[in-house]
Amino acid sequence: MIQDAYYLAICFVIMMVVTYVVRVLPFVLFKKEITNKFFKSFLYYVPYAVLSAMAFPAIFTATGNLTSSLVATGVALVLAFFRQSLLVVSAGAALSALVVSLIL
Amino acid sequence: MSRTSGKSKKSDYMLGLKHGLPIGVGYVAVSFAFGMNVCAAGLKTWYVTLVSLTNLTSAGQFAGTSVILAGGTFLQLLVAMLIINSRYFLMGISVSQKLEPGLSPLKRGVVAFGVTDETFAVAVSRNVTLTFSYMLGLMTLPIVGWTLGTLFGGLFAEFLPSIVVAALSSALYAMFLAIIIPPARDSMPVFITIIFAATLSCIFTYIDFFSFLSSGWGIVIITIVVSAVMALLFPKEEAA
Repeated sequence: MIQDAYYLAICFVIMMVVTYVVRVLPFVLFKKEITNKFFKSFLYYVPYAVLSAMAFPAIFTATGNLTSSLVATGVALVLAFFRQSLLVVSAGAALSALVVSLIL
Repeated sequence: MSRTSGKSKKSDYMLGLKHGLPIGVGYVAVSFAFGMNVCAAGLKTWYVTLVSLTNLTSAGQFAGTSVILAGGTFLQLLVAMLIINSRYFLMGISVSQKLEPGLSPLKRGVVAFGVTDETFAVAVSRNVTLTFSYMLGLMTLPIVGWTLGTLFGGLFAEFLPSIVVAALSSALYAMFLAIIIPPARDSMPVFITIIFAATLSCIFTYIDFFSFLSSGWGIVIITIVVSAVMALLFPKEEAA
């Protein structure tokens, strides 16, 4: 499906339009600050919830091999825990998965 | 909040440019990883670069391209983008209130495009009225860095052999961990959010009862449920 140009074109437009509309609406509509505590708190937690739900359990099988995926997961968890940059954590995970897949 | 921030349009633009430089540099590294990962997973470099240029957002693009790579429906993509980008709505309200008055709708529309987590943080931390020239300067280097980083990451991925590309598939998810784990060290509610969402996601994936849900809807439902429960249990004082 991801080779289909029509599908990709529609997806592109959806992403662009939705992202921009969400950004531009408050500049068009609102004059007052939103103070609703629940709504603000909800939005605060959204990025963590969505990224966690996307990462797990997909990361356990990402490389197509359970062993190398689990090693990569462990390396990523440790590097992220020690506050390494996105690039370092990504590269560490990929490199460890590569090493394991070369050994296996 | 006092007067406008600079003496002239040009000096305002230069000041914005200066404030945007560290953001743009930081974006290059993140978008390089994004471009590399998504292109290794099967999307074309030019496509992903255009997505970066037109979306200018990390979490939203990660989620959107994940839905596309999984062959999700248009409705799934739309709802996922709407929920994940919803925080820009709040940020936009704050920024719009500090903008210089009397701007044309077109100029307000341009300012809106440049609102990201980081430009928002810089803009609202200034106790002056935000001019159009300043906001234009502030968003310039982040847009350039984000787009070029994606392009270079994608081109880099195209030259890699397949065994490396397979290993790289774990890097996208590793990047998610790099975003969510450091704040979880400092905040118990964030930690609980992550464990809660990961557990539900595993249940939705591995328990047959939930097989009627595609993974796209699963993630949308988990995001809404977990964020709502956490907002009730641990409301934030100064959430942005």
